[in-house]
Amino acid sequence: MKAVLLLEDGTVFEGQAFGAQGSKCGEVVFNTSMTGYQEILTDPSYHEQIITMTYPLIGNYGTNPEDWESRKVFVSGFIVKENCDYPSNWRNGATLDAYLKKNSVVGLEGIDTRKLVRHIRNEGAMRGIISSDETNPKKLMAQLEAYPGLVGRDIVKKVTVRKPYAWTEGVIEVLSDTQTVPEPKHKVVALDFGMKRNILRLLVSHGCEVTAVPAKTSPEEILALKPDGVFLSNGPGDPAPVTYAAETVKELLGQVPIFGICLGHQILSLALGGSTYKLKFGHRGANHPVKNLKTGKIEITSQNHGFCVDLDSFEGKDVELTHLNLNDNTCEGIRSRKLKAFAVQYHPEASPGPHDSRYLFDDFIELMASK
Amino acid sequence: MTVEDVFELTKIDPWFLNNIQDIIALEKKLLGLKGKVPSSDMIAQAKEYGFSDKYLAGLCGMPEPEWRKHRQAHGVRAVYKMVDTCGAEFEAATPYLYSTFEDECEAAPTDRRKIVILGGGPNRIGQGIEFDYCCCHAAFALREIGIESIMVNCNPETVSTDYDTSDRLYFEPLTYEDVMSIVEKENPDGVIVQFGGQTPLKLAVPLEKAGVKIIGTSPDSIDRAENRERFNQVVKKLGLRQPESGTATSYEKTLKIARKLGFPLLIRPSFVLGGRAMDIVYDEDSLKACVDEAIEASGEHPILIDKFLNDATELDVDAISDGQRVIIGGIMEHIEEAGVHSGDSACSIPAVNIKKKVLDEIKRQTKQLALELDVRGLINIQFAVKDDVVYILEVNPRASRTVPFVSKAIGVPLAKLAAKIMAGMTLDELGFTKEIEPTHYAVKEAVFPFLKFPGTDALLGPEMLSTGEVMGISEDFGNAYAKAQMAVGNTLPVQGNVLFSIKDDDKARAVPLARKLNDLGFKVIATKGTCIEFIKHNIPSEFALKVYEGRPNIVDAIINGKIDLIINTTVGKQSIVDSFDIRRNAVDRQIPYVTTIRGAEAVVKAIESLKAQKIKVKPIQLYYKK
Repeated sequence: MKAVLLLEDGTVFEGQAFGAQGSKCGEVVFNTSMTGYQEILTDPSYHEQIITMTYPLIGNYGTNPEDWESRKVFVSGFIVKENCDYPSNWRNGATLDAYLKKNSVVGLEGIDTRKLVRHIRNEGAMRGIISSDETNPKKLMAQLEAYPGLVGRDIVKKVTVRKPYAWTEGVIEVLSDTQTVPEPKHKVVALDFGMKRNILRLLVSHGCEVTAVPAKTSPEEILALKPDGVFLSNGPGDPAPVTYAAETVKELLGQVPIFGICLGHQILSLALGGSTYKLKFGHRGANHPVKNLKTGKIEITSQNHGFCVDLDSFEGKDVELTHLNLNDNTCEGIRSRKLKAFAVQYHPEASPGPHDSRYLFDDFIELMASK
Repeated sequence: MTVEDVFELTKIDPWFLNNIQDIIALEKKLLGLKGKVPSSDMIAQAKEYGFSDKYLAGLCGMPEPEWRKHRQAHGVRAVYKMVDTCGAEFEAATPYLYSTFEDECEAAPTDRRKIVILGGGPNRIGQGIEFDYCCCHAAFALREIGIESIMVNCNPETVSTDYDTSDRLYFEPLTYEDVMSIVEKENPDGVIVQFGGQTPLKLAVPLEKAGVKIIGTSPDSIDRAENRERFNQVVKKLGLRQPESGTATSYEKTLKIARKLGFPLLIRPSFVLGGRAMDIVYDEDSLKACVDEAIEASGEHPILIDKFLNDATELDVDAISDGQRVIIGGIMEHIEEAGVHSGDSACSIPAVNIKKKVLDEIKRQTKQLALELDVRGLINIQFAVKDDVVYILEVNPRASRTVPFVSKAIGVPLAKLAAKIMAGMTLDELGFTKEIEPTHYAVKEAVFPFLKFPGTDALLGPEMLSTGEVMGISEDFGNAYAKAQMAVGNTLPVQGNVLFSIKDDDKARAVPLARKLNDLGFKVIATKGTCIEFIKHNIPSEFALKVYEGRPNIVDAIINGKIDLIINTTVGKQSIVDSFDIRRNAVDRQIPYVTTIRGAEAVVKAIESLKAQKIKVKPIQLYYKK
């Protein structure tokens, strides 16, 4: 069966359908990870995005019940060069095709993904519609024109949780199927903007008792839980319109140690008086080099963000740049010593990606212990 | 049989097996068409799956060039993608491309004057890194004269496929299909086929037929040298001499030719590399097995039968020509006798044992052949000399594997000069108008991988075995040879025990060697027949048992570290089997050994030189200055 991708500039890619049938709009972006597609599909930060994988063979190891990074699949569409129909892996539970069908995600395969990626690279990330039930570009364009895109919209409210929840599972050793859960020493409240599970697991494995709360939880409610530290999670879309979160963090600053990742980093930056802007096509992959300015060491990092903190916006403020992206010299990490708050733009929890930056969780524990 | 069954048997991951099954399923579909031309979609799918034009053309009963046009008419064309190592995430400037059957083409040809250089493809024995050297030099030479160089090669371990060697690199196989696609995309001013060995040379005629401009020696000239019948006419026309020969496709026909020519004979398949399935046959009894093997290796082509010139000296000549003038690069005398593959034989520039008038005759014939074939660039000729008569064995109208060695020996970059000639320059313009006659000796020695392959025999023969080479250089031949031996890990002793086990034909020549080594203070140990021969000539010699004669025998002596040098020549299957343990133990224990009588003669000269003077080292540039 045919499927198409139509971009807002009128470019059409025609290939074969896989996964669920239907049409869906989203921002068309690409990810350069060779593996980790199931984590990517279930990462809430990808909400309202159509993901193109640059690696040409996807689905080789199937899908399984463990590699979920959240409660559901959040992407709007999934584009691969070649979807593998016969996965070969001992953890495999279902083919990628079956997984996408079950989770109602429209897939497109067999297009020149490199051409699409080059197009996005040159023209920037843009709105698009993926469809396997309508291939007429004119009709699709009409649907696409009604889609507002990500900029200026609060997507967090669509993916955050409704009620607070406690998380108790630690990091799972896949081969032995065991997890490390030490006796909790620190009470952490995590603002769930669309939080990846591996962050929760790492916090638990570092000795935290974790309560995750909805994005709109007030500072008073958070402080009432008597946390030793507050964690600001990753999440989808543009941070600027998520004003309530920045307001909450502003209140909390100075009262409790804060650690943020990805959108959490952007929200902390906004609370500290900084500003954010949209990158041309973002950073999505598992091999982005980041320099830790304190140690001088380079970390290979997992990344997923389309917006970025403006370094210049901190001028004259008590905020220190701690991490720098070596590909494009953008801000990857900040800290305020005085306010005991720090955050990184990239993903130390990996899933998928390298584990170079897990020390940041130790840093958070140390910060809480030092109060 | 199902994929599961194959997996159970092989434990090859089902992922691969399933992919292979997909390819086979498509092949069955194509075969099911029974020669009917496939639909556009099916052609596109077959190309995406990697089916070659050659195969698909065969299925449809079309010549490949016709199929190619047909396929293109269906809109199925190769496009080029850049190897940017970042999945297109960032804009890359490395002009490093590979083909695929996709949508967007990333190749960006320029309007500059440009030349395509075809490389040698995968390295294997007989087609080595020497061709990579030549291709690199060609690219550098073109850059020097302001022409864009476009390299085509598919070997990631070569220097010619480094991203900065050429102006643009197409990482593609050396086939008609792939080269044509590049030529269509780039529209170059010329294509060089001379530098990549036999692989690209074979493409010269089909490419030219398709309208590609082959620069340098013309494809017709190449064919005149490569095609046996046409070459025989050239030899006849010029009044030159080659060993008598014939071709055959069956044992019966071979036997007839054998009886006419007389033994020994050199039997070999045509169109194979590195002397595979090539053998020297001394009698009718061993002819059958050898012919069977050669016929199998030769496939549809006839096998070649040459009168073998027993005990002849082989010489390799590399020369360069611009069509007007021919300059000899170097004449290499092979240390080992004819019958040892030229790639395995050590050799020396200048020749050591050949008379001047014979060398002059070789030069004359080389020039004659180069001009007759209208060579533009390099030519390599293999000669054999027996009783001062010169025979032509083979002509290669291309850069040979000895070009790097000759260039280093004489201090002139022949491959670079040849590339510039192909681009239209003359030897006059290049300032290379006089043969360099070095006053020093440069010895090339082959490097063998025997140590890495336990159980293999270290005996040299017509099939090439070496995987590398070294060069020893000195004012004195013996010293240069000693250096070369040292470089291949065969460090020659200056004292100790030397073991001789010599075939009958070589015994007379072994006597003076044993005497010399005895005089130099070595203790001579020899197997029965050899020992008797030495004692007859009053050379003190200790008798040692062969392996099957009892114990302790020669192999025990080798194992016990009693032997410092082994000279062992053999003939005939039984003798080779009997002496296998000697050679193998020598290899395993890294004891210097020689398996040819001529090699032994050079070794004795080298030992003599080592005893007379210490090895001296000086920069190669100082040798050139004289």
